[in-house]
Amino acid sequence: MVAHIIRRLLFLVPVSLLVSFITFMLIHLIPGDPARVLLGEDSTPEALAALRQQLGLDRPLYEQYVRWLNQAVHGNLGESIQLHQPVLQAIIQRLPVTVELGVAALLFSLVLAVPLGVAAATHRGSRLDWLLNVSSLLGTTIPAFVLGLLLILVFAVLVRVFPPGGYVSFSEDPLGNLRDLILPMIALGSGSVAVNFRQMRASMLDVLDQDYIRTARAKGLSALRVNYSHALPNALLPLITLVGLQAGAILAGAVVVETIFLWPGVGQLAVTSILSKDYPVVQGVVLLSALSYMLVNLLVDLSYTFVDPRISHGK
Amino acid sequence: MASSVESRSPGGAPEDDRRQGPGAAEVADISPDDLAPAVPRSALVRLAWLLWRALIAIRRDPRWLFLLVLVMMVIAAVFAPLIAPHDPLLYHPRSVARPPSTTYWLGTDSSGRDVLSRVIFGAQISLSVGLLSVVLGGIIGAILGMVAGYVGGWVDRVIGIFVDVLLAFPSLILALALAATLGASLGGVVITIPLGFTTLRFPVNTVNLVIALAVVRIPIYTRLARAQTLQVRSLDYVMAARALGTRTGNLLRRHVLPNIQSALLVQVTISISFAILDESVLSFLGLGAPPPTPEWGSMISEAQPFLINGDPWMMLGPVLALVLTVLSLNLFGDALRDKLDPRSADRGVRIR
Repeated sequence: MVAHIIRRLLFLVPVSLLVSFITFMLIHLIPGDPARVLLGEDSTPEALAALRQQLGLDRPLYEQYVRWLNQAVHGNLGESIQLHQPVLQAIIQRLPVTVELGVAALLFSLVLAVPLGVAAATHRGSRLDWLLNVSSLLGTTIPAFVLGLLLILVFAVLVRVFPPGGYVSFSEDPLGNLRDLILPMIALGSGSVAVNFRQMRASMLDVLDQDYIRTARAKGLSALRVNYSHALPNALLPLITLVGLQAGAILAGAVVVETIFLWPGVGQLAVTSILSKDYPVVQGVVLLSALSYMLVNLLVDLSYTFVDPRISHGK
Repeated sequence: MASSVESRSPGGAPEDDRRQGPGAAEVADISPDDLAPAVPRSALVRLAWLLWRALIAIRRDPRWLFLLVLVMMVIAAVFAPLIAPHDPLLYHPRSVARPPSTTYWLGTDSSGRDVLSRVIFGAQISLSVGLLSVVLGGIIGAILGMVAGYVGGWVDRVIGIFVDVLLAFPSLILALALAATLGASLGGVVITIPLGFTTLRFPVNTVNLVIALAVVRIPIYTRLARAQTLQVRSLDYVMAARALGTRTGNLLRRHVLPNIQSALLVQVTISISFAILDESVLSFLGLGAPPPTPEWGSMISEAQPFLINGDPWMMLGPVLALVLTVLSLNLFGDALRDKLDPRSADRGVRIR
């Protein structure tokens, strides 16, 4: 077990190195002179030369990479061009907003998808099953940004229940924070609800077919008991992997949802920095999101061992 | 199939005991597929025949209907200049932000341009970026996957690490960053391809979108092709071809690819819907083609302030087009999967 964790962590090292290299190379994908792109067309030659030296663009590529990596490892992701603050600080400042939104959306999707999936599987072929399947199809079809706009139209324009956008931090105004959270959470979580529901229904159907469920039924246990305490725990396993995969989708969705609902999170930072050509910030966001995504997936993989003792890595 | 052809040939005695003679065999064995070559070659009759078969297929499985929706979308995109009622770029300053009317069926946008015409022209960008990126990413991914699965060893491991690295990035974040950096100096250039009956306008930035969206599609095809190749690799006929000294490239193309292509094809229809969604997100965020170009995502983004002021009409057209296209691709993809690859049916989960 411990050996397995160590092996997985060691494997992260080469992958992270390559990830950091690709992130580093992003800025060199810009056709032409990055310094000119960063400073704009009407920049003075002196300013260009100064920036080139500051960015180390006059050095060979591998030297630039080693320097950049060395700084990144020490927590220095460079200086934002537009925000006049260190990149890392800019990201950390906005992180709680994105984490709140992402966690809320994930919880929303699980709270909805698990019982609905169980209901659809136990009532297979019924009208309820059909209705849930059609809704889940719509859920995967309607993109988060369209759903977000529809929610704004219905719940913030036609019926003024929720604000059309904005963010108050929880410590400032807990109720206001929750009120601001509802619509973005639904917009971001609905896609996951649909995917999780489908998985939940499918794996529940698998489990319900098995002998031990028949035994449990034959013993005269109530349907509720059979479904929830015998079938559900086993049916939940495949969902864990899926939740890990969704971390990426949620992060990507947060980019759009934060932009629509004016949430000052990392996603919005990514968009504004891309549009304002603030490349150090873009690099920082890409690098950190990739690393955290890898870490989430590692944790998900490892959590398997704890959730399901049958899986062992004792080879 | 082979046996029914045999029984039809004059004098060829059927080998199967069940059959009493050639006539009986024909009645027993004919499937719609066998009838197809017997159809008269006249174009009109063939067309009617095709329609008839399409109707039968749709009756059996209504999801095939969505193939027709897709065909109509493609026709709209290709013949956009002939179909669109107005010029998608022409300003009508006196009819700005109008709701749907008899002149402007889907209303007008913030500059008084006809939304319906822009939606029709928008299909050109959405469909071509979706298709091209998936084809490009799919080809690269499939080649990598087949090589990894067939050659194995350190090649497999290197390709595996490459895929792991690509998968380490959340796909949309990577696409965003790629589109942004590739697009930094290529604003505003438009390639026009005159085709006689129509003109395709292709802004250069969309090439960046294609590349960005292709890169993020590579991993799924590599994994899929690798897994499928591993299954095919040890089959007798592949071993035989290898023993005969067929070159690896030829072997993969002629013996492995035909066996794994249906799985790849099913994935393509699913990927295109994701690619079109991602494209609309990128253009919604302002990373698509430069402003006057009609594009569903950027049209939705332009309409957003009007929606917040209680005027949702401007958004109706592009939203419907986008959702309908993605829905059709999903349903058609499911129907295709059930037909081509029944083993994987009803697994319930889609992977990007």
